[in-house]
Amino acid sequence: MARTIRLMGVVPLGDLAAYVEFSRTLDLEVNALVQRLAVAVQARGAPFIRDVVPALGGLALHFDPEFEGNCVAVAAELVELCLKEGISTSADVLRTVQVPVCYEPEFALDLQEISQKTGLSREEIIERHSTGGYRVLMMGFAPGHAYMGGLDPRLAVPRRATPRAVVPAGSIAIANEQTVVYPYSISGGWNVIGRTPLTVFDTERQEPSLFASGDRVRFKPIDRAEFMKLAAKR
Amino acid sequence: MDPVALALANALVGNPAEDAALEITVIGPELLFEEDALVAVCGAEFQGGFPRNRPVMVPAGGRYNVGRAVRGARAYLAIAGGFDIARVLGSRSTYLPGAFGGFKGRSLRHGDVLPVNPQSAALSRERFKRLKRTRERTVPWSAPPHTLPDREPIVVHVLEGQHHADFEPAMQRMFLDTVWRIAPDSNRMGFRLAGPAVTRAAVDEILSGPTCLGTVQVPPSGAPIALMADHQTTGGYPKIAEIASADVPRLAQLAPGGQVHFAKCTLEMAAELRHHTKEQLQAALRGISWEYGS
Repeated sequence: MARTIRLMGVVPLGDLAAYVEFSRTLDLEVNALVQRLAVAVQARGAPFIRDVVPALGGLALHFDPEFEGNCVAVAAELVELCLKEGISTSADVLRTVQVPVCYEPEFALDLQEISQKTGLSREEIIERHSTGGYRVLMMGFAPGHAYMGGLDPRLAVPRRATPRAVVPAGSIAIANEQTVVYPYSISGGWNVIGRTPLTVFDTERQEPSLFASGDRVRFKPIDRAEFMKLAAKR
Repeated sequence: MDPVALALANALVGNPAEDAALEITVIGPELLFEEDALVAVCGAEFQGGFPRNRPVMVPAGGRYNVGRAVRGARAYLAIAGGFDIARVLGSRSTYLPGAFGGFKGRSLRHGDVLPVNPQSAALSRERFKRLKRTRERTVPWSAPPHTLPDREPIVVHVLEGQHHADFEPAMQRMFLDTVWRIAPDSNRMGFRLAGPAVTRAAVDEILSGPTCLGTVQVPPSGAPIALMADHQTTGGYPKIAEIASADVPRLAQLAPGGQVHFAKCTLEMAAELRHHTKEQLQAALRGISWEYGS
């Protein structure tokens, strides 16, 4: 029988946004509901809703600055309406994004350290990372930056004590039970295990972001030659 | 960062609110106008002595050396017809961290030639003629500056943040009692606040959640960060407070070293402040529109 997921509360994120909270811990079923609810809220096309941002355990409704009234009350009403009408629980039609990854040492800056921490060999780590099925739980931090769940628990290592000032664009990194792909060269504290030659975010593309919330993601190991070939095509 | 000053600058030259203008932060450029241009500068006060908060007709060949900000941090320079900047993801603003939007996705450099609306010179002359009252190359009136600090610390209203209760009462009080300074490493993404360290009793990690304009989050270092215009959409640091939207443009006018004091308010008060600010701006916009005879 399907589990009932309860709304924990709606809290203000200032006076022009509200956070609709379902869980304070990472729960994949809750996350799936949050994704679908975000689509349902967006689909209602309320004129004063400027943006809907699904996160790990809840979603934010951002209001137009012209909005007059109480954003929390209106957000709660809107969400309850969507929940009452029922959020489709049928298997979602999801995209699968395949991401080629080169795990060679020049790109896998922290692979050695992860090997020491987990007691797994380099090959085992690559095998476990690239055979996993991932799902985009949340977009955030920077444009195109996807947080993906589904990492093999044996690979769960904490974030680095000191973040790197610059993590190269396209870096694939892991921490706790998630994996991310860095869209730009930015600072970050996740453990880098490889790099993709794909452009993660490009405003010139029809769909600027390679990933969207809810996407399924698979990583495909490629060698250096393949990486160079794909990188040259960008 | 200061949408109120931007809206005024655009209105003063007869532009729609969404036209692109220059945001000038703390140190300004020297500008050469190759054609006649109806220009308005709003927001921060700069050394350059350019008449502020009013339309000014700059003849072809005119130069304007903006200089340094003397009050406030950001000025907005609008030109009749607007800068000719394509929209990226629905916006004409520059997003520096992603190097996209605006003029080549970057800050302006010495020697840049900024594209303006091809009709700009003609629109400038025509609009200047339409003004009911003019004196030499400008007007004998000015729009009121809404967002500049009269004195510091400025008072900014805050609501309790999502994780407010995770901070001990002494820390909650300290957050409100402190006069915070804007740290030098602040930018359009966030203002870092220098002052005593704000610490949390529980050290458990927080599930990353949505953030918005004006969220005040507290990273492990204890130095709060107020998220500004280019903020990230989600973050994993505890949120101690949320700034009332009406007060964000005023905070945006603080330069590094500027002082701010937070005062607690309710959601109802914040909504009231927003309503009041909007009415003030609309009254100013109506006044400008009257001067243009419309």
